[in-house]
This record gives sequence, structure tokens and C-alpha cells, in this order.
Amino acid sequence: MKAQSIARRVACAGLALAVTGGAAACSKTSSSPSASSGGSQGGGGGTYTVWDPYPQFDGSSDWSKLLDKCGSDAGVSIKRTGYDTSDLTNKELLAAQQGNSPDVLIVDNPVVSTLADAGVLTDTGQTSLDTSGISPNLLAAGQLAGKTYGIPIGANTLALYYNKAVLSAAGVDIASVKDWPSLTAALAKVKAAGKKGITFSAIGTEEGSFQFLPWFWGSGANLTKLDSSQAASALSLWTDWLKKGYAPNSVINNTQTTSWQEFATGQYAFSENGTWQLANAKKAGFDYGIIPIPAMSGGTAAAPTGGEFVTIPVQSKTDRYATTQKLVACLTSADNAYATDTTLSYIGATQAVQTKQAASPDLKPWVDAVAAAKGRTSDNLGTKYPKISQPLWTAMQAALSGSASPASALGTAQSAAAAATK
Amino acid sequence: MSTLTQTPAPRRPSGRWAGWAFLAPVTVYLVAFYAYPMYRNIDLSLRHYTVRSFVDGDAPFTGLANYSKVFSDPTFAPALEHTLIFTFVSLFFQFWIGMGLAVFFSKHFRLSATLRALFLVPWLLPLIVSASTWSWMLNSDSGVVNHALHAFGIAPVDWLTSPTWSLASVIVANIWIGIPFNLVVLYSGLQAVPADMYEAAALDGASAWQRFWKITFPLLRPVSAITLLLGLVYTLKVFDIIWIMTKGGPAGSSTTFATWSYRLGFGNLLPEFGPGAAVGNLLVVMALAFGLIYIRAQRKQQVA
Repeated sequence: MKAQSIARRVACAGLALAVTGGAAACSKTSSSPSASSGGSQGGGGGTYTVWDPYPQFDGSSDWSKLLDKCGSDAGVSIKRTGYDTSDLTNKELLAAQQGNSPDVLIVDNPVVSTLADAGVLTDTGQTSLDTSGISPNLLAAGQLAGKTYGIPIGANTLALYYNKAVLSAAGVDIASVKDWPSLTAALAKVKAAGKKGITFSAIGTEEGSFQFLPWFWGSGANLTKLDSSQAASALSLWTDWLKKGYAPNSVINNTQTTSWQEFATGQYAFSENGTWQLANAKKAGFDYGIIPIPAMSGGTAAAPTGGEFVTIPVQSKTDRYATTQKLVACLTSADNAYATDTTLSYIGATQAVQTKQAASPDLKPWVDAVAAAKGRTSDNLGTKYPKISQPLWTAMQAALSGSASPASALGTAQSAAAAATK
Repeated sequence: MSTLTQTPAPRRPSGRWAGWAFLAPVTVYLVAFYAYPMYRNIDLSLRHYTVRSFVDGDAPFTGLANYSKVFSDPTFAPALEHTLIFTFVSLFFQFWIGMGLAVFFSKHFRLSATLRALFLVPWLLPLIVSASTWSWMLNSDSGVVNHALHAFGIAPVDWLTSPTWSLASVIVANIWIGIPFNLVVLYSGLQAVPADMYEAAALDGASAWQRFWKITFPLLRPVSAITLLLGLVYTLKVFDIIWIMTKGGPAGSSTTFATWSYRLGFGNLLPEFGPGAAVGNLLVVMALAFGLIYIRAQRKQQVA
């Protein structure tokens, strides 16, 4: 899951007009394959299109170069377009409707099951992609009803960054933070020492659910039953932190980026954030450490996996798959994946890459966290997940803003989720 | 010889074709950019779209099911209430502050043109910039507004993160953005009020207050009406400010029809195009209703 960018917000404005002004682009047109970007040429030679959610990489980036190299190895040229991650799903749905999907689509993992359910993606059986080396807990996010619809390019997840100076000034030994009570006790000490406790993102979007899930799962709660007492204890943990001033009120509107900015001021002891902040952490100018998010009564909580899947959308010309398969295999091969994961600051999806990364002390805690992580659409939730996630973040916002108690907010959420997934 | 000039020329068919040809560009434009999207949006709201049927284009026709789903949604009543409060409170303050400033600037003092230009800044700034700036200013912990309140010994207010304040906060930001528009239109309306009327009134001993209510306000009525109508349409569909500042939250406390429609259609991992389009259409109907009221009022005025 990548942080939202300004560009996305601007795009929101345009899309909003599309709602009220109509959706002209949504019409089912029977554009001829020759005019479409995807099916312009048959197999062997020609141009293959790749869509990815990495608009931050331009043509001179390592990522672009890798794509070009994989293209020339397969004897084709690559046309790459980077979209903002939240736009990509709708772009792909429209493209699929008009029959001009890209040859390779790199897409956020919780979306894979939705696109697969829409019949937009090919499964690995059709395209003979090899998924044997991939960690099963990561691959699960791309599986639906026994079929696999892509290969994770890498994974990221959440953990707790901590500020060493703030903790030592407050007299907290990080080794003592093992479960929720000890974490809360540490926050109390930090607050007593005049610093701020913890910051996270509880915004009313998928990002908020993503950040809440480690605590939700860490309490032993299950997404199929949002109103369990475990779920209520997870939400109470956050709500109490806000009430006692251990976490700032701004978490209700924080994205992961703004929550990181709060941590980067050096005033906060902890920040729940992702692998992708590692580069920023090194620039923050203070000593930091990373611990996995603790579960309620000790141990490591399962955090949700973020990161993208490389998928192959359905084409009208099926002879393109052979070349596309070569491209995907090239992108996800161990050496290339290691390079890509390093630039994206992701953890590899294969054992080979993970072992290589675990050698670096920086990445070791993340490799462990990814090993314990779990896909949001796993547990065979698939396309039900989005319908559960929205009530969940709504409940989270209601409880944190004080408009409902955690238990009653989750009760409302469960009935909404049950109605939506019926 | 004179027969040609004397008998009225018969309507040649080519003339009619020319007429159609002149009409064609605007017709094509209207159909392509208004009628067709509108038709598509209505069609979208009458079908049950899932992600799969969106791609295949075979969504079943379900009549008004999306509308009844929207009407019975627990979000509906609060969203309607917020939309109305947001629109009318914004309009009220935008109009009167704009009017006050317009009268103020019609006095032509030194630097008035410069000052007036400065007042246009909120209008010229991209909404993403102004909305982000407002959300920084109103941040509970590090915002400048709470900082200032603190200096006066007032406890910090959770402007954007408490259900009691979020709607008020986005309204304040929207008023600030809408003032320049009202100022400009009303100011130009004031230019059309003849100065000798004020002179005559002043000679008759009318106070400034009386001059405003007896001369300025009645003469500005047509301009005011169109300002309010345009303001209404703009405000009903305000989306970006709210979305950037609060995302319609917390807990739906600043959700309007515009943000709700976006959330249904695009703000989720799993889009619900049908209900999203239905909410969008409700907005269109609301704007249309007020437009008709305006036209009616205008006709009455012309007759009178």
C-alpha cells in the first residue's frame, strides 16, 4: 500500500466531475483490436504495454531500465505508463471494458481478487507462470477459488519505528515492549517525560484499515466478525490512547505520510509505518529502531501485506501471452526482483531474495515482519474484503472521534458488512 | 424584368440546410458533452453494476433499485442535511461578506484596486492548495489556529477530527473561497447603479444605511439573484475542499452528496457505480430545481 500523493487528490476532483457530469468514458465501445494499445501486434516483436503504480520513476530510473532490458531480452519493445495507485484500478476496468488492457499490469495486491473476479486477469495456469518460489502467505492475496492471478513483485508491511533518544529520556527500555499493556505503559512514561507517544494513520480510507489491521488481528479478531470482543479491545486500545493523549487527535485525518511527518519532528516515541519509510528514516536525523507490532498478549501481530502483484490482463489475441510470460518471468526472477525490491524498498516475495535481504541488519526486522504478515484478501475473503474494510474504517473513525463507543461502532460495522457481503 | 425583385423569393431548401449547418456545431457539442453523458449517468444509475458487469457491459436493468438503496441508506439523511447546511450557510456568508466588500470597494479610495485584486487570491489559487493550507491551519496539534487560541487561553479545538466541528470547518474554508466570486459580480453590478441617484438621495437627507437598502439593494436585485443561483450550483457540488480536508468524516459528519457520490463510485477498493451515479443524479435534480425557481422568478420580474 503506497502513500497517497497530491496527484491523486487532484485526480479525485476530476473524477468527481465524472460522477455528476456523467461517465462518457464508461461506454462499451467495440474498438477494433488494431486501434487498441494492447493488441496492436501479434506475438513476436512489436510493442508491449506495461502499466504500473510507480509514477515516481521516470524513464531514466532503474525500474524503467529493467523493463526495457526485459523487453529486449524477449525481443520486443516496452511502452510503460506509471499511474497513481488509486487511479490504476479504474483505469484498468475502463481499459478492460474497451478491450485495450495493457499486456502487463502491476497492481496493488488487495485489488487483484477484485480484478480477477471481474474476469480481467488471466490465471497462472493459462499463462504458465511459475509461482513455486513465492512465499505462500504473500501469494495468498492473489488467489481466488484455488487459482492464482499474479506474482507479487515484493512486499511491504507495517512495524513500529521508535525514536531512541525519546525513549531513553523517558526511561523506557525497548526490550520491555512486548505486548499491549507494556506498550501502553511505555507511552505513559513518554508522555510523563513531556514527549508525545505514538502516531499512526486512522484516516477514513483503505489506508486507515490497513494501519488498524495489525492491532485487529493482534487481538485475535477475525474480519468475518467485526463485533467480537477481541475487535472491541483492539479499537479500545486506540481510543484510549487518544483519550489519554498518548496519540495525537490528528491521527483521525492522518495519512501514512502525514503521520510520518509527525514522527520526523523528533517529538514522538513511536510511529506505525511501513517499509517504504526506511529511506526517510535514515534522513530523519535521529537514531531510530524498528520492532514488529506486538500482539495483545505478546508475540508478533500479523500485519497486512502491502505491495504490488505483476499480473497479465486478458487479451483478445492470446498469442501475446507467450511473450508476456517471458517479460513477467524476467521481472520477477531472483536477481531482478532483488534490484526492484531494493529501489522500491520492498521485501522480496521469494525465499531467495528474502535470505539475501535478511543479511542486512536494516532489513532484518522487515523480513521477519513480512514472514508474519497476511494478505488482506486472504482467508478466502477475496472480493468481500473491500465490503468489510469500509465498515471497519467507519467504525474506527466513529470511535476515535468519540461519536460512538468502540463496541457499538463495531456492532454497526458488523451489520453493515454482513448486509454488504450477503 | 422586375419580376425577380418583386415576387418574394421562395424559401429555398438550401437556405434551410444552411440554417441547420449553423446549428450543427452547438447541437453536436451539446449532445456530445451534455446530453450523452447525462444519459449515460442516468443509465448507470438504473442498472446493477458489479465490477464484472461493468467490464462485460451487460449490467441488468434494475429500475429504481439503486435509488431506493440510496434513500434507505443510513448515510442519506445526514448527507442531505449536511448538503443543505453546507450550501445555505456558505451562500449566506459568501453573499453578505461579498456584498459588504463590494460596497466598500465602490468608494474608490487609494489602493482600492490593489486591495481588491488581493481579495481575488482565494479564487485564483488551485483548490488543492487552499484546501491543504486550511487543513494544515486547522490541524488539532500543530495548526496555527489552535496555536492562536492557545495564546488567548482557549483550549484547542479538534476542527477537522471531531464530529461537532468538521462541517463548520469545511464551511468556513468554503466561504473564504467563495467570497471573491461574490465580490467581483456584485462589484460590477454596483458600477451600473447611477451615481446621481445617490447624490439625489443624499440631498434628500438619506443616511448611508437608507441609501443601501432603498437604492443599492433593490437595483442590485437581478445581479444578486444570478450571483446566488450560480453560487448555489457551485456550492452544491463542492467536493474537493471537503475531500481534502476531512474525506467527509469523521464518521460521516461532513459527508455531503458530492463526497458520498465520489466515495461510492471511486473512494473504495470496490466501486459501486450504480448508487454513486444515483446520488450524482440527485445533485443534478437539486441544482435543476433551483435553476427553474430562478427562471420563474425572473419571468415574474419581467412581467411586473
